[in-house]
Amino acid sequence: MNGKTDEILLEVQDLKMYFPILRGLLRRRVGDIKAVDGVSFFVRRRETLGLVGESGCGKTTVGRCVLRLYQPTAGTIKFNGTDITKIPEGKLKPIRREIGAIFQDPFSSLNPRQTAGSIVADPLRVHNLASGRDLDERVAQLFRMVGLDPRMADRVPHEFSGGQRQRIGIARALASQPSFVICDEPISALDVSIQAQIINLLEELQEKLGLTYLFIAHDLAVVQHISNRIAVMYLGRIVEITSSDELYDNPLHPYTKALLSAVPVPDPKVEKTRRRIILKGEVPSPATPPPGCHFHPRCEIATGECTEHVPPLRDVGGGHYVACFKA
Amino acid sequence: MGTIPSTEDKARKKYIGAIRRVRLVRNLTLIIPATIMALMVICAIFADLSWMGMPNGGLAPHNPTKQVVKDRYLPPAFMEGGKSQYLLGTDKLGRDILSRVIHGARVSLSVSLLAIFITAAVGTVLGILSGYVGGRIDALLMRIVDMALSFPGLLLAMLLAVAIGPGFWTVVFALSVLGWAGYARMIRGEALRIRESDFVAQARVNGASPLRIMFRHIFPNVVNSLIVIMTLQVGMMILAESALSYLGIGITAPTPSWGSMVSDGRSELDRAWWISTFPGICIGLVVLSGNFLGDWIRDKLDPRLRQV
Repeated sequence: MNGKTDEILLEVQDLKMYFPILRGLLRRRVGDIKAVDGVSFFVRRRETLGLVGESGCGKTTVGRCVLRLYQPTAGTIKFNGTDITKIPEGKLKPIRREIGAIFQDPFSSLNPRQTAGSIVADPLRVHNLASGRDLDERVAQLFRMVGLDPRMADRVPHEFSGGQRQRIGIARALASQPSFVICDEPISALDVSIQAQIINLLEELQEKLGLTYLFIAHDLAVVQHISNRIAVMYLGRIVEITSSDELYDNPLHPYTKALLSAVPVPDPKVEKTRRRIILKGEVPSPATPPPGCHFHPRCEIATGECTEHVPPLRDVGGGHYVACFKA
Repeated sequence: MGTIPSTEDKARKKYIGAIRRVRLVRNLTLIIPATIMALMVICAIFADLSWMGMPNGGLAPHNPTKQVVKDRYLPPAFMEGGKSQYLLGTDKLGRDILSRVIHGARVSLSVSLLAIFITAAVGTVLGILSGYVGGRIDALLMRIVDMALSFPGLLLAMLLAVAIGPGFWTVVFALSVLGWAGYARMIRGEALRIRESDFVAQARVNGASPLRIMFRHIFPNVVNSLIVIMTLQVGMMILAESALSYLGIGITAPTPSWGSMVSDGRSELDRAWWISTFPGICIGLVVLSGNFLGDWIRDKLDPRLRQV
């Protein structure tokens, strides 16, 4: 651990991303999908922050806002101290070089009409980092780094397996030597046997290159394995952030507890006797989220206060943050 | 194991025979049109060899514009009164029909290919721009496309031909001036779909400029659809060119063109049917072959386009 480890690389404050609902001939705005509704978190240099939550809770949207694929409705995203939400698209290039991304679907994230080598070379060309022989050399190096044979550079994506494709995606994400990589469910589309390989590769690369990850996933076991800290999202808001060990040993938010109780324990005796929290009802629509705490309609311990006020994300000591009045 | 073929074997042979027959028919719908097309292209290129510096060679037995007064209205060689040197007969000026048909292929094919390339190029650029950039540019371009598609094409072509005066380039221009709209609409849809794919998002994350994304990521992915529409357009363009020439506002005399030949023989159909019929058959064959080939290429490259 050196002094740099504590330095904050990414700081997101009160991020909101509303998608308008347009109706009728005149495309009138009749409401908003509040995909992300006031999210704040930070990521320290060289650490992995896991972002978990069920489908539709807005975790991918958070990632895409940080990547500036979406223009957030409100809030600030500070990368290396500068707010990147206000920078116009044309001037974003230096920031783009610093942030890489790995997407979920290894099939749609590679251009089917490009060779693997050309895909990996793209960021290098865009940022004028290499050309000619230098470029080929650099691409071969990236291929080896992610465990692919550089001789496969001339093949097109459909000649590769899912795991290999994801490796190509990782090589591309790292081509411009970014310091920060957003992994948006990088393994959930892969076979279980391949998942472990990719996770190990990501960890190895982090160690070697000093990378910082924002790791978005819904597989709790994987997230716990790879993350230093974990943020749990529910319906557009973060309900709890703490170190991954603390989260598993001492979850405070009722939603986190329910989520963890859904993870099966690989021991039949424990599995038989352990208490499972089954949540009632469905996740409300992000177009009409409940007032107060978003979780209160399904919460076992909710009281009147929860239906009226939004619980702030408060520090309960030791860097454990929770957004619950009762915890 | 007996040596006498069992009923099962017979059934299998019958089945294999049936499959072979189906395959043959299916292949014939490719082989015949492809042969016709190839023949027409060869005719167009080698009608005469003056472009190779050999004014006397070529596939056409006669000069297509040479008039032989004593040989007017000769029927085809296989008919009574026909002469063997005029296989398909002669027209009212004593010009050889076969030679004119062969030379007509050159005009028809070059006009339609030129028009197809121009419309495809313009339509693709505008379609990708419209689909990827979106917003006001998209709205504006698509309204122009609406107008172009709702305009009666032949009428505008006639107007243009009258305004600029008939000729080769007028026909090319007239056929191109509205034809791009169909491409633009199709390609826009494709671009819209591709724009949302993850690899385009990745390109943006990498910092690629919009121009780079359109050129490197969207264009290569619309090429298949583009080739399909282009081949399907061959027949339509040849037909349109013939229509213009038939109306006398296309290729001007004495340059032979199928459309104008049909038009020439129209008034003499009762006594010299061959003047109109042979170029007419050529138009029919090429259009049909073009459509068959287009269908085949579409099935190979992009079966999603079946409704086009």
